[in-house]
Amino acid sequence: MAKGLFSYSIGKKFIMGLTGLFLVLFLVVHCGINFLVFLNDGGETFNAAAEFMAHNWIMRTLEIGLFLGFIAHIAQSIILTMENKKARKIGYAVSNANANSKWYSRSMSLLGILILMFLIIHLKHFWIVSRFTDHFSSGDETLYMEMKEVFENPIVVVIYCLAMIALAYHLMHGFQSAFQSLGLNHKKYTPIIKKMGLIYSILIPFIFALMPLAFYFQIIK
Amino acid sequence: MKITLKVWRQKNKNDQGKFETYQLNEISEDMSFLEMFDVLNEQLINENKEPIAFDHDCREGICGMCSMYINGRPHGPLRGVTTCQLHMRSFKDGDTIVVEPWRANAFPVIKDLAVDRTQFDRVMQAGGFVSVNTGSAQDANALLVPKDDADKAFAAAACIGCGACVASCKNASAMLFVSAKISQFALLPQGQAEKKQRVLDMVSQMDEEGFGNCTNTGACEAECPKNISLENIARMNREYLCASLSSEK
Amino acid sequence: MASSKLDSKIPENGNVEQKWTKYRSTVPLINPANKRSIEVIVIGSGLAGASAAASLAELGYKVKVFCFQDSARRAHSIAAQGGINAAKNYQNDGDSVYRLFYDTVKGGDYRSREANVYRLAEVSASIIDQCVAQGVPFAREYGGYLSNRSFGGTQVQRTFYAAGQTGQQLLLGAYSALMRQVNLGQVQMYTRHEMLNTVTIDGKCRGVIARNLITGELERHFGHAVLLCSGGYGNVFFLSTNAMGSNATAAWKAHKKGAFMANPCFTQIHPTCIPVSGEHQSKLTLMSESLRNDGRIWVPKKIEDAKAIREGKKNPNDLKEEERDYYLERRYPAFGNLVPRDVASRAAKERCDAGFGVNATGEAVYLDFAYNLKYKYGMIEAHKHGIKNPTEEQLRKLGKPIVEEKYGNLFDMYKQITGVDPYDNPMMIYPAVHYTMGGLWVDYNLMTTIPGLYALGEANFSDHGANRLGASALMQGLADGYFVIPYTIGAYLNGEIRTKPISTTHEAFEKAENEVKEQISKLLNIKGTHSVDHFHKKLGKIMWEKCGMARNSKGLQEAIQEIRALREEFWKDLRVPGTDKEFNPELEKAGRVADFMELGELMCIDALHRNESCGGHFREEFQTEEGEALRDDANFCYAAAWEYKETNNWELHKEELKFENIKIAQRSYK
Ligand SMILES: Cc1cc2nc3c(=O)[nH]c(=O)nc-3n(C[C@H](O)[C@H](O)[C@H](O)COP(=O)(O)OP(=O)(O)OC[C@H]3O[C@@H](n4cnc5c(N)ncnc54)[C@H](O)[C@@H]3O)c2cc1C
Ligand code: HEM
Ligand code: HEM
Ligand code: SF4
Ligand code: F3S
Ligand code: FES
Repeated sequence: MAKGLFSYSIGKKFIMGLTGLFLVLFLVVHCGINFLVFLNDGGETFNAAAEFMAHNWIMRTLEIGLFLGFIAHIAQSIILTMENKKARKIGYAVSNANANSKWYSRSMSLLGILILMFLIIHLKHFWIVSRFTDHFSSGDETLYMEMKEVFENPIVVVIYCLAMIALAYHLMHGFQSAFQSLGLNHKKYTPIIKKMGLIYSILIPFIFALMPLAFYFQIIK
Repeated sequence: MKITLKVWRQKNKNDQGKFETYQLNEISEDMSFLEMFDVLNEQLINENKEPIAFDHDCREGICGMCSMYINGRPHGPLRGVTTCQLHMRSFKDGDTIVVEPWRANAFPVIKDLAVDRTQFDRVMQAGGFVSVNTGSAQDANALLVPKDDADKAFAAAACIGCGACVASCKNASAMLFVSAKISQFALLPQGQAEKKQRVLDMVSQMDEEGFGNCTNTGACEAECPKNISLENIARMNREYLCASLSSEK
Repeated sequence: MASSKLDSKIPENGNVEQKWTKYRSTVPLINPANKRSIEVIVIGSGLAGASAAASLAELGYKVKVFCFQDSARRAHSIAAQGGINAAKNYQNDGDSVYRLFYDTVKGGDYRSREANVYRLAEVSASIIDQCVAQGVPFAREYGGYLSNRSFGGTQVQRTFYAAGQTGQQLLLGAYSALMRQVNLGQVQMYTRHEMLNTVTIDGKCRGVIARNLITGELERHFGHAVLLCSGGYGNVFFLSTNAMGSNATAAWKAHKKGAFMANPCFTQIHPTCIPVSGEHQSKLTLMSESLRNDGRIWVPKKIEDAKAIREGKKNPNDLKEEERDYYLERRYPAFGNLVPRDVASRAAKERCDAGFGVNATGEAVYLDFAYNLKYKYGMIEAHKHGIKNPTEEQLRKLGKPIVEEKYGNLFDMYKQITGVDPYDNPMMIYPAVHYTMGGLWVDYNLMTTIPGLYALGEANFSDHGANRLGASALMQGLADGYFVIPYTIGAYLNGEIRTKPISTTHEAFEKAENEVKEQISKLLNIKGTHSVDHFHKKLGKIMWEKCGMARNSKGLQEAIQEIRALREEFWKDLRVPGTDKEFNPELEKAGRVADFMELGELMCIDALHRNESCGGHFREEFQTEEGEALRDDANFCYAAAWEYKETNNWELHKEELKFENIKIAQRSYK
């Protein structure tokens, strides 16, 4: 690899794009597994899947990769945001940026911070409980039941839903942006990518948001 | 028509600068935006005040010299148009118009609305050329260029170097400008020999000049008076990655 | 009588076809090591300047380039639209070096130097090769080969183009070559610098004084030779198609130091420009000549109609066919709307002067596409679609896309500037100053009458005679820079390899700088009541009315007096705000207008002395019965080179023009 690729602007874009796409993939898997709760079988299938995920060394290793991906994405985004802020120390008195770009394209770091805040809460709810406490070791307490418990609290449900809105906007820009960053822009395919991105960014957060709502309104029991 | 102008005034690079408000009462809607400034300057001179300094030359939308940030947008409210080609009929009687210089660390203000854009020249010096000495060229028709490529290369080469892309980008990134030049040569057979070194050198110089990074916001494309496409930035990214990964240095 | 002070240095060797080749092989060479210690100053970074600077730097000379814009890429050449000629004969339509040579000499109304024009035609093909190699994206055919279009004054397709931005693409090519040399350390760029004086030591040009436009500092620069590539002086007229900053200062300062000014009155007025819309107008925009292929030019037949239109009481579309005067078709049935630029311009002026102008200022005529849109393109389309007896509305609908495809971008630009949609209303156009054929007198080597001082591009007078053909200025600028000066400069520099760089503390530098200082402080200290533009507009008005499209002896004499009076007023009542130690655009303008005030007078003097009509120079006293230009080859077949003596006083030197390869003939377009 060339010396210093990642110290140049385009190298940094490259990392953002790669890690972003990686997280996009993760969400598909995560969403897929969580979707099992909608089977409404009292969490049987879901628990089995979660059990497999939690107690399988391959998955534990992959998890480390996932966390590295998150960290890289977040760290790089912080570096980029700070550098970009510095590139214009004196701003405009009047700005009509809505005329030339979307607000969420300009607010990726803000949306990212919201997602990060969600993530901290989220990990505390499930992951820490599932990995680092003996909460479930007794056997009669399952991850499914934990979810049910957590989502009894309306405040948590609201937080989750708002976070999913932030995620949707983050992805609406991020999905197609990642392809552009990786240099993939094509007269024929880019419009397709953009459409897929839009569908993805609405569908995935929507399904995620359905879960707390479904538990709260006791659609699934 | 009557127009109220709020214009950024700054004596020199080190001055703090502030907005001044001016009232113009007899503006014709056939005037170009810069002609309105001519009228204002004439008025200021008659009042024994300092006229406003601003850059301009061709007044035909091709030299890239004019550069005003008008009501929050570079080159004003219209798309695909430079400041000099903007006419007063795009505004309404009684409007207040705020005019600022391009803002970017890489483009320091020289005076009032004029900024220093020599950074672009230095990026060009780093590799924005084909190394061919006068006299060593072969016959022009010995090199065939598919019409499509020639048209695309031309569309990229139409950049006038005005800097509106930098001015509009929330990150003050110059990627649209740089990618337009890199694309022009990447698309043509003449540019192939130096293609790797060119993109590495130009990007490195671009970074050194203090422009921000691109986060694909797309404002630059929307505000570019010559409609330079974002496709060029993707092409530059691609060229850069290939060059960087295969480079032996 | 030919003047002894003018030696054109046309090579004696061989006939016109051989002169350049033979000369090129005999010009003294300078070895690479010596080149490295020779410094050349280039003023201007347009096509001529950028190409010369890059080529000389490639050869090893140390080059300094100056331009007043913030980047070399913004020189006025960037604005050229149409294209560049070259005798490539890619279209197999019988083009040749000789034909390009012939067309150029004839187009120039037999007032150019044969040997120079032949050389220009000869190197034209290499220019295209060079530009393509640099990556200039010329228009191409589907097969990948270069495309050509035709242009006025010729019957072959020899014009290469890049959409409507040929000048831009060529300049960016030359600019990139220049940037490459800056990167290699061979060229030093001085942007936002204005040259304000030349420095002569022992009769040779040795450097310049330049002002840093940001700090206001005056700088001294030494050079073994100085090349002026500073462009044309059309802005004497205030309103022209030239960029706002285009000026004569560099050439004029050299002129006052001893370089002769040749044929200053030869000005090209382009017939199709967007008319002046009011007093506020700052410059004029060209509408490409190609529009005259499908646009018909007219004014109302009845003066009442013209008046009603001017007052907004009538619309041009209300006028019936028989109420319109298609004056070009009436006067020149053979060429109609496609007569050459000078003829079309004069005819428009004649109608407007007679009171038939159609816009508020009374200075505009119609360029109407409705007829061809409907009855030419609309009919063809109707035919294709099998529509019999189409209605007017149908024809309009069918024809519009065709016109849009051909001229869309020009129509858009027109609408942008005027706010009027030319698909529904006829365009309004009027002639405007566009190009200056006159300039510093140069010999075959492109050297002025000051040894070591050269002039290239539009700044010199050399190749276009009394009228330039379309697409030939770009060709000439690049020919001078890429393929002429790199050879011919050797003839002079060969004698300079022993000249050590002269210290800029030399008294000649001191003196030249003081002259500049004096002028600047004079300008700043008048502290009068009127702005520079106020005077510039007045000068422009005098020039346009009395030394413009049509001139006569009485008007010119008046103009000379008026200019002198205006100049006096200028120096008494000018107000330049600010100081000289800062970025001060008003001060820059003041200096330029001060020079225009003197140049304008010389233009009138030249126009007055030339008792004939030729090309862009039309003296009303010298016309045929039908109102056409009447040349006087017996008495005026020379280039008029003026030597500056003192204020208001010039001495005329004549360079006899010999036509050995082309027979002189009268032009007719009836
Ligand atoms: C609207 C328009 C369209 C045209 N279209 C065509 C066309 O289609 N085909 C064609 O062949 N020709 C065309 N022409 C003519 C052609 O563009 C010019 O004649 C040609 O470009 C002149 O080039 P140049 O290098 O001599 O000078 P310019 O390009 O004018 O450059 C002058 C340079 O000198 C510098 N300079 C001037 N004074 C000073 C000073 N005192 N100190 C320092 N620097 C100075 C300037 O900064 C600039 O860099 C057109 C002209 C116009 C106005
Ligand atoms: C699962 C969660 C996340 C996903 C799927 C995701 C996805 C993406 C994607 C695809 C991009 C576009 C990359 C590109 O343009 O090349 C992106 C950009 C960005 N992300 Fe995230 N992201 C996530 C979480 C976060 C978090 C937690 C933060 C910050 C704390 C963040 C901050 C950013 C920023 C600032 C950008 C803009 C930079 C750019 O566009 O280049 N993201 N994200
Ligand atoms: C709103 C609906 C969501 C629900 C119900 C949900 C549920 C869960 C559950 C139950 C776990 C624990 C799994 C385990 O330990 O095996 C988990 C882990 C995790 N979730 Fe979510 N999640 C949701 C949304 C998200 C989102 C939007 C993100 C990313 C931005 C995310 C990121 C993670 C991560 C990083 C982990 C830990 C890593 C892992 O164990 O795979 N989750 N989630
Ligand atoms: S890319 Fe567009 S906005 Fe940027 S410098 Fe070029 S023309 Fe101006
Ligand atoms: S606006 Fe800026 S972020 Fe990139 S796409 Fe354009 S350079
Ligand atoms: S003044 Fe030349 S582009 Fe506006």
